[in-house]
Amino acid sequence: MGLEEKIPDSIMLTTLDKMVNWSRRRSMWPLGFGLACCAIEMISTFGPHFDLARYGMEVMRPSPRQADLMIVAGRVSVKMAPIIKTLYEQMPNPKWVLSMGACASSGGVFNNYAVVQGVDRIIPVDIYVPGCPPRPEQLMEGILKLHEMVKKESIKNPREEWGRKG
Amino acid sequence: MEEKIRQFLNSKFSDSIIREDNFRGEQSFYVKPESIFPICEALLENDDLDVKFLKDITAVDWYDHPLAENGRFEVIYNLYSFAHKYRFFLKVFLPEDNPNLTSLTGLWIGANWLEREVYDLFGVTFEGHPDLTKIITPDELEGHPLRKDFPLTYEKPRFSWNKDNPPEVIK
Amino acid sequence: MAESRTLTLNMGPQHPSTHGVLRVLLELDGETVVKAKPVIGYLHTGIEKTMESKLYYKALPCTDRMDYLAPMSNNLGYCLAVEKLMDIEVPDKVKWARVCLAELTRVNSHLVWLGTHALDLGAMSMLLYTFRERELILDIYEACGGQRMMTSYIRIGGLAHELPKDFEQKVRNMIKIIRERLFDYEKLLTNNPIFIGRTKGVAVISAEDAMNYCLSGPMLRGSGIKHDLRKDNPYSGYENFDFEVPIGKNGDAYDRYLLRLEEIRQSFRICEQVLDGMPEGPYRAHVPGVVLPPKEDILQKMEAMIFHFKIITEGFKAPVGSVYQAIESPKGEIGFFITGDGTNKPRRVRVRPPAFVNLACLPKLVEGCLFSDVVCAIGSIDIILGEVDR
Repeated sequence: MGLEEKIPDSIMLTTLDKMVNWSRRRSMWPLGFGLACCAIEMISTFGPHFDLARYGMEVMRPSPRQADLMIVAGRVSVKMAPIIKTLYEQMPNPKWVLSMGACASSGGVFNNYAVVQGVDRIIPVDIYVPGCPPRPEQLMEGILKLHEMVKKESIKNPREEWGRKG
Repeated sequence: MEEKIRQFLNSKFSDSIIREDNFRGEQSFYVKPESIFPICEALLENDDLDVKFLKDITAVDWYDHPLAENGRFEVIYNLYSFAHKYRFFLKVFLPEDNPNLTSLTGLWIGANWLEREVYDLFGVTFEGHPDLTKIITPDELEGHPLRKDFPLTYEKPRFSWNKDNPPEVIK
Repeated sequence: MAESRTLTLNMGPQHPSTHGVLRVLLELDGETVVKAKPVIGYLHTGIEKTMESKLYYKALPCTDRMDYLAPMSNNLGYCLAVEKLMDIEVPDKVKWARVCLAELTRVNSHLVWLGTHALDLGAMSMLLYTFRERELILDIYEACGGQRMMTSYIRIGGLAHELPKDFEQKVRNMIKIIRERLFDYEKLLTNNPIFIGRTKGVAVISAEDAMNYCLSGPMLRGSGIKHDLRKDNPYSGYENFDFEVPIGKNGDAYDRYLLRLEEIRQSFRICEQVLDGMPEGPYRAHVPGVVLPPKEDILQKMEAMIFHFKIITEGFKAPVGSVYQAIESPKGEIGFFITGDGTNKPRRVRVRPPAFVNLACLPKLVEGCLFSDVVCAIGSIDIILGEVDR
């Protein structure tokens, strides 16, 4: 009847990092924000057939104040760019950005005066999902990759673009 | 129907019709810029022809093309007769400097946005328009994007071998 | 006496029920809308300019990305316009297949519209149902063109490749399933007191106003004007099919809802007629130098390969002249105005966007309405910002 036998039933040993990352990963709320074609595939991903709720992400938050993940779904026009920047700045830390589709990642087929050639010119992007538009499976793969990244983060060293240094 | 409209236009506006054209079965009448409003007004009032629909207003920029001798901009009015299910076009050529037309917003409210779009993208001004401002392009953008001398602004894609250089923009 | 002032409220461009990036400036007197001003252009992509800088062939994928809920309709409009400009006649089989695909697109677009419109009005479950059904149509698209949304399947002079072998069976299966489920939607919405309260008598536009605002599509037919280009100016062989054009009476959001549901049913009728009598034949017109030869020929015949190479690298030269081809897209009349100038690139590609013209009547729709009805009015116009801003 040593101590070791009792521990697995009642106590779990972990680090604070792991726990914080686990909770961040498992309830990552995306900003309900669609720009163009990819937004429809994004809704499909949240919809019944693909069901993103499996990863604890079914709540789309219309307000940036309550969101953790910004999915830039679609082409970013020059007129829209300042608004996306404002939305990003309004999101509380920690926050992540997923650039969905070719247009958001690099301008895509629209290499012209009206489209920002990649949303990474205005806000930092964590994950790029290629495709025009990406299939819902691709988007989910991107989100899972992002979860893997979040798993490796540490609260001791928050990222610089969040505005506070560790 | 084609003959009816031709007769109607010739009886009332014979001196404003420059020429007519039929390309691929689509009838168009080239008219003088100043007579576009009276022609549309007369067409709208004529119940027999029943031209009640203004489907579209758009423009073509003939910059650097032999056709530009008539005038650089060609503005196209797309009219539709509901009773006869017939579509025809009124076209005007406008000079390069100060292209100007009379607004049709007094006849069709729907012309409002269509004219604003032509103004925004081509720089053709419409006299008598209630709110002739930019509609689609950002306020900071100077110039009119669909003019042929406006650059498309192609930006060289960045790969791993040139990712550190600032993006090269070709105008 | 306190001075009464109106309140200006900004709605959008990031707002869950503006269907994209529409921004509306509202002037409110209490709960009543005094004036509304839509501000657009937040998705301006320069599609027209981009298309003018490409060969006729290569401009086709841009059309998919305008009205991204009805990509096949846009493909069809563009291809018909270029075919008119180049004077190409396509085989009957192509025409019929195109009709079927365009009607599938209509169902697809109306389903998404139904889901999002009902979601705006508080019926969350509709979105889940309609997106479930939509997957069936996307499966057919994927079997045809290899992509779920941006298929670019309809090409100049024909189709990208042969229709898949199980096309007929898949479409029939889809029609069977969705036809049954339409009854479920009706049970959920048509007699639902909340839905009726939110839509009946809201966002009304009279027939005269609809004409004056140059509306088209369900917005026009909802006000009782029977104008459908499929009947009035048939294109792509629509004159061969038997279908009704539903019209509304009051011109309110509820009428437009009923009308769109009926349009889905009529689309199914057309699809079934296509499947019953699909003619045999090649899937692409034989016009050397303009239309790409079929893949089998490229692998076997010398001239076919040369034409293929020439079309891909140089394109074809179009005559000087303008053509306009309008088709009835799910949103209304989408027209492609293409001007050739004797070179291999179009001088002007103008898209007459139905949603753009329809959106212009938003101030009229919401004038004097309650603030909460603005959402209903925007939803019932059925706008797609990609097409409004281009």
